Amino acid sequence: MKSWLITTDHKRIGLLYFWTAFGFFLIGGLEALIIRAQLIRPDGGLGVSAETFNQLFTMHGTTMVFLALMPLSAAFFNYIIPLQIGARDVAFPRLNAFSYWVFLLGGLFLNASFIAGPLFGADRLSVAPDAGWFGYANLTSRQFSPGPNVDFWLLGLQILGIASLAAGFNFIVTILNMRAPGMRMLRLPVFTWMTLVTQFLVITAFPVITVALVLLMFDRFFGTHFFLPAGGGDPILWQHLFWMFGHPEVYILILPAMGIISEVLPTFSRKPLFGYTVVVYSGVVIAFLGWSVWSHHMFSTGLGPIADSVFAGTTMLIAIPTGVKIFNWIGTLWGGQIRFTTSLLFAVGFIAMFIIGGLSGVTHASAPSDLQQTDTYYVVAHIHYVLFGGTILGLFAGMYYWWPKMTGRFLSEGLGKVHFWLTMIGMNLAFFPMHFSGLLGMPRRIYTYPAELGVARFNQLSTIGAFLIGIATLIFFWNLLRTRWRPANAPANPWGGATLEWAMSSPPPVYNFTVIPTVASRLPLWQTERHAPMVALPAEPPAPIHVPGGSWWPMITALGLPIIAIGALAHLIPIVLAGAAVVIVGIYRWAFEPFEM
Amino acid sequence: MLRGAVYFDAVRFAPALLVLFLTACSGQFPQSVFAPRSDFSTELAGLFKGIFWWAVVVFAIVESLLLIALARYRARRGAAEPKPVHGHTALEIGWTLAPALILVFIAVPTMRAIFATAGHAPEGALRVEVIGHQWWWEYRYPTLNISAYNELHLPVGTPIQVEMTSADVIHSFWVPRLGGKRDLIQGRTNRIAFRADSTGEYWGQCAEFCGASHANMRLRVLVQSDSMFQRWVDQQRAAPVTPAKGSPAEAGQQVFRRSACIGCHTIAGIAQGKIGPDLSHVGGRATIAGALFPNTGETLHRWIMNAPALKPGALMPPQNLSTQDLDALIAYLQSLK
Amino acid sequence: MGVDSRKMAFWAFIGSECLLFGSLIATYLVYKGRSLVGPYPHEILNIPFTSFSTFDLLMSSLAMVLALAAVQRGDMKQGKLWLLVTALLGLVFLGGQFWEFSHFVHEGLGLTTNLFGSTFYVLTGTHGAHVTVGVIWLLTLWIQALRGKLGPKQALTVEITGLYWHFVDVVWIVIFTVVYLIQ
Repeated sequence: MKSWLITTDHKRIGLLYFWTAFGFFLIGGLEALIIRAQLIRPDGGLGVSAETFNQLFTMHGTTMVFLALMPLSAAFFNYIIPLQIGARDVAFPRLNAFSYWVFLLGGLFLNASFIAGPLFGADRLSVAPDAGWFGYANLTSRQFSPGPNVDFWLLGLQILGIASLAAGFNFIVTILNMRAPGMRMLRLPVFTWMTLVTQFLVITAFPVITVALVLLMFDRFFGTHFFLPAGGGDPILWQHLFWMFGHPEVYILILPAMGIISEVLPTFSRKPLFGYTVVVYSGVVIAFLGWSVWSHHMFSTGLGPIADSVFAGTTMLIAIPTGVKIFNWIGTLWGGQIRFTTSLLFAVGFIAMFIIGGLSGVTHASAPSDLQQTDTYYVVAHIHYVLFGGTILGLFAGMYYWWPKMTGRFLSEGLGKVHFWLTMIGMNLAFFPMHFSGLLGMPRRIYTYPAELGVARFNQLSTIGAFLIGIATLIFFWNLLRTRWRPANAPANPWGGATLEWAMSSPPPVYNFTVIPTVASRLPLWQTERHAPMVALPAEPPAPIHVPGGSWWPMITALGLPIIAIGALAHLIPIVLAGAAVVIVGIYRWAFEPFEM
Repeated sequence: MLRGAVYFDAVRFAPALLVLFLTACSGQFPQSVFAPRSDFSTELAGLFKGIFWWAVVVFAIVESLLLIALARYRARRGAAEPKPVHGHTALEIGWTLAPALILVFIAVPTMRAIFATAGHAPEGALRVEVIGHQWWWEYRYPTLNISAYNELHLPVGTPIQVEMTSADVIHSFWVPRLGGKRDLIQGRTNRIAFRADSTGEYWGQCAEFCGASHANMRLRVLVQSDSMFQRWVDQQRAAPVTPAKGSPAEAGQQVFRRSACIGCHTIAGIAQGKIGPDLSHVGGRATIAGALFPNTGETLHRWIMNAPALKPGALMPPQNLSTQDLDALIAYLQSLK
Repeated sequence: MGVDSRKMAFWAFIGSECLLFGSLIATYLVYKGRSLVGPYPHEILNIPFTSFSTFDLLMSSLAMVLALAAVQRGDMKQGKLWLLVTALLGLVFLGGQFWEFSHFVHEGLGLTTNLFGSTFYVLTGTHGAHVTVGVIWLLTLWIQALRGKLGPKQALTVEITGLYWHFVDVVWIVIFTVVYLIQ
């Protein structure tokens, strides 16, 4: 127990990230199921109140984005990146532990709002955030959201932002600076490349949302008018700041999954990735363009025809590098010897579903066309094809692929196939009809709809589909759990992968590589035209390898942050100061702690 | 109720076929974007249609390639190792240019539509100001000097200049078959312009999440012939009906005068509350509570007794009136045509 | 590898901070001239006084350069001196900011008075918080040096401190230009 609390081993932190994020994924999924259950019938549904419903969809969005998808990607960054680049750990192991603890505590803080009502004298148990994951001003002002709900949200997101930023700096340096000899930039595995791009987006996008949240905090706590028309402020400024973060955030969510399937497809077709450089550069281009499209979330706010045209144009441009990636993935499969493992199925599922999400994306890149779609279920369909059909299927592909490496144990392929097909059927049943509900006039974020709209049938299908996804996810959960009792018999390279993480035992020893390898090719473990496979590493290290011990200070420093937030929430300055003191002491002890790498 | 609702027109719009197939019956869809009845919404539907077909073509090509690859290159026992192809420059250029070219065909009509729907009506258009409230709609006709609530009356074939703003949080005006959506933002004025091409009743609702009763912020647009519209305008301009001596409505007027109603509602000559909708002509409306319920004695009864129970977050507190007073009050309200 | 990891991380951090200050400055610019009531910037900003503060901060950067050079060549006597001078010049700047803020409040410009007040205090306050962190950091190094625990081996630590300090200084130049000079 203690060794996990103080661990700075990237592999253990990766597993902590994985299980924590998976737990939040289940919570976010449960919220989605209640939402879908409520909408199965028109005119009042199953009786979920408007207030509860608003909390559920707000927390579903917030949880999935910040507590499930980003940290599930982070689980792989942590576990896999150092292995892929031939390093013994990340550049800053303690900072890495700090990121994890901040993420965990931020997630718990946010979810504590579900039971914190009595502490704030509310007449209900739950005071969870209820202004949407996008928290549009001026609904979030004290006047229109007097309770602690929005405070939980804005403080929780600030905490989580610190975790993401710390991890961002860490992985940028790790990838740029910790590469094994010979591991040039254009020999990096694509997953590592996409992680690098993602982290650059993280460290540039998160400061923007931080500023937005700080300004909102000033509005709510100190009475400023940054977003309030009453004092000359403009609610639209919030939307600009939020989406300047929010759109890069979309690529923060999707690029790692694109990286994962760029690993999975070559391995299971036994062919190198088609157009490696093009795939890498298109990822970089997507990230750059991702910064220039934020206002396409705001076409209905009346930006004027010039701005509408510009943002419609930049948004359409993103379709090009995205399309290029898809063609290269198909090119990878073409001519291969495809083994239909569960991992490959999920990777193919990603391509098939992401195309749909991408194409519906083009229909709302066209600003006037978007006017009929924005804020309707059509957009709900789009984001779920992209983030479920894309990110989550990609993450599942990664889980089946790397689970033997991470635990030494195989996930059941039989259960995996059931999981895959149920997920595919469920997601299409859940999300495809939403295109129709939306175009037939059903707005998003409504807890009830009149029977006269004629969309009840579509909603029933969506609800059935959502529950199928729920069942599929439970099967997967069982598949994960049962590996604990399975023999640890995974070989070093069970799938015949080409990258360095397959060069050492499964799971790897605490020091990773017995000898730091020298890399001569993009596919070090494969025979290529010019390169023989890398010589196997010695089974035992030739000399003892120093592994740094753990540290308490990352966790203790992290602990100070929710204390500050609780103090702010309760308007108790002494608690804020106490939390700040914990952070300061933590940082000092951390800075002066002997910690050898 | 659904006077204006039109049966789904399957021929005009392709995705309709799928809808038809899925629902196995031709239902009525009062908020469908597939049955536009104004120049604005027709423009948007046409644009979507064009993009939709491009999307279908791309979808078919790419998914087929994917399926062919999976079917043809399934691993076979004893097969030779695949050729390690690393890429193909001509292909890369090809599949970069092809989507770019398609996007040109989408971008050009998009830009055209952006400027065509920029929201400026021609000279002589009827001006309507839409003001969003949590959770109801106020419409002002500055040139006609009248107002309406939740039900927007418009003359058919006349260009309409809609100017919108909000009294509180952000709302979004959306009547799929006529136009929108456009956000209502406090401190800003947004514009749309359209001309309804057939009479009827069109449904809409707020599309931007605006708090507890976002789902309950609905509206109707009644597009009327010129003469019907003029009659309605005259009705709105007239003073509220004075109840006959000794009628239940007159008793109801007394109840209204001494109840909490006057704090929030206006009835010309009786009360001047500004927080809720003006009730001077409430009896003439088809719906109440943000177009949420039909305007009947029964719904009025329930609404006045406990509005927040019917519409979460509604500001109107439950009224503690005797049955007798309540019946009289409802009679009065219904008389205010 | 060429660049030390800590230094590289710091450059990444500075990149991130640019976006943070960029967003705050953008907010200031968006709301410029949109205050509903006074006091307005031209009525209250004291350019000569702030020019002095700016000069003070520039001099602190110079002192920082001298401190780093001294530590690198192992002259810890000079190193200690210049670290302390840098920190003290930082403190003078903070003192000036404190005086400026209290003077403005006295003149009727509070945090919530108008958009100018809100954007001004949040922007310059965020910068002031950065200077405060820098001063604490510098004093920590100075104390380490007094205890004999800072030498040429720790030159990199001093270099990174300097990176931070110069960055905070540069940000101030931008703020000074945007807020004070271009009214």
